[in-house]
Amino acid sequence: MPTFVYMTRCDGCGHCVDICPSDIMHIDTVTRRAYNIEPNMCWECYSCVKACPHQAIDVRGYADFAPLGHSVRVLRDPEKGVIAWRIKFRNGKKDMDLLAPITTKPWGTCIPQLSSVPAPSAEMRKSQLLFNEPKYIRMDDGGLHTLESNGLKMKAGVYY
Amino acid sequence: MFSTNPFVELSTMISPMVMQGYIVLMAALVFLGTVLDMLHKGSATYFFENSRKARLNAKRELGGGEKIGLAVAVVANEVLTSAEFKSTRRRLSHLMTMWGFVLFAVSTAVLIFAHPTNPEAGIWPVLWHLGALSLAIGGYWFWFFIRVDVSAEGVKWYNFNGRGDIFIVGLITTATFALLWSGTLGGGALNTLFLVLFILCATVLFGSVYWSKFAHMFFKPAAAYQKRCTKADGSRENLPEDYELTDPVLQKRYPDIPTYMGTNPPNMGKGFSAERPNHY
Repeated sequence: MPTFVYMTRCDGCGHCVDICPSDIMHIDTVTRRAYNIEPNMCWECYSCVKACPHQAIDVRGYADFAPLGHSVRVLRDPEKGVIAWRIKFRNGKKDMDLLAPITTKPWGTCIPQLSSVPAPSAEMRKSQLLFNEPKYIRMDDGGLHTLESNGLKMKAGVYY
Repeated sequence: MFSTNPFVELSTMISPMVMQGYIVLMAALVFLGTVLDMLHKGSATYFFENSRKARLNAKRELGGGEKIGLAVAVVANEVLTSAEFKSTRRRLSHLMTMWGFVLFAVSTAVLIFAHPTNPEAGIWPVLWHLGALSLAIGGYWFWFFIRVDVSAEGVKWYNFNGRGDIFIVGLITTATFALLWSGTLGGGALNTLFLVLFILCATVLFGSVYWSKFAHMFFKPAAAYQKRCTKADGSRENLPEDYELTDPVLQKRYPDIPTYMGTNPPNMGKGFSAERPNHY
């Protein structure tokens, strides 16, 4: 279920506005605090929840991993390199703490350098393929790809 | 100019009693606006409800002395030094605006009540000018560059973006016209124009408390106090603990940490918070 903002916690810094991939976190013109302008378009990616420096944004969790009414909150600490989750059931008896290393690529290392890429040709524009379509999902080029057919090996654990 | 009491010349046109009446009226408007704002938003109810929830989830009860200590910490950090802001420039701008406003408001009251006809009013005229200057510099910095609508939403600086702007516009125009009025004393019609604009802007600033975000200066400390209390009593608003990664007990509980990050995990850098949120 969509994000919502604790207005007394928010200081209107704009980090959630900046990071929201759906462009639905915006600043209220009356209170100058962030709010979700289109809750039904929120896909609960938690980007804004993790980006908020004051933990002012929360999400009401779905019933797929805990009965409705639970609380699921997160603290992402990039300086320590870890992300902590806490899931608390509505009766308060089940209270889980989880902690794991952050495994996404370091910030700013995966920005596509579109200015250095040649403009797409007319043929590419008509194609059904996306820009930078990964070759590993191309069924029209080598059939079904596997790790083995591409000379790749499964790596264990966290790697950057 | 900075050491001149501007209200002395004004007292030849307007009686000090009228000026004092105006100050009392503005204070009453602030009080009334804040109470109405609190009633309308249900702020007090919200804080008491939050406090009740925190008490239910608390892992330990806070003593009276501890609560006083937390209140002192809020005053020293969040109130006096705006420590809540994570961005240094936002914090600096807020400090300049806030302390400028406090100096300006207090020195205005002192000059009008204690020295309305005294050109030698000690340090107060200097404080009045410095307060207005600090308020104007901090306010314009905020308005042109830091205001979240401009920095993160891509709104142009000249766009008035709703009721949320009444407060900052009221502040910077009041400070600007106060300085212009003081700087053109004896300047005839131009000086009178600046005086009228100064009074008009100050009236809008203090009279619009109910509609503007003026009242944030009252509920923000309450929110900061509640935040500190929830950390101290262990309820933490259901947030996870702030773990110390080098703790052997923690490493035993979460073996992923020492396995993939080592027993002394390094500082991984600020990540996205190192960048300003202005990628609109």
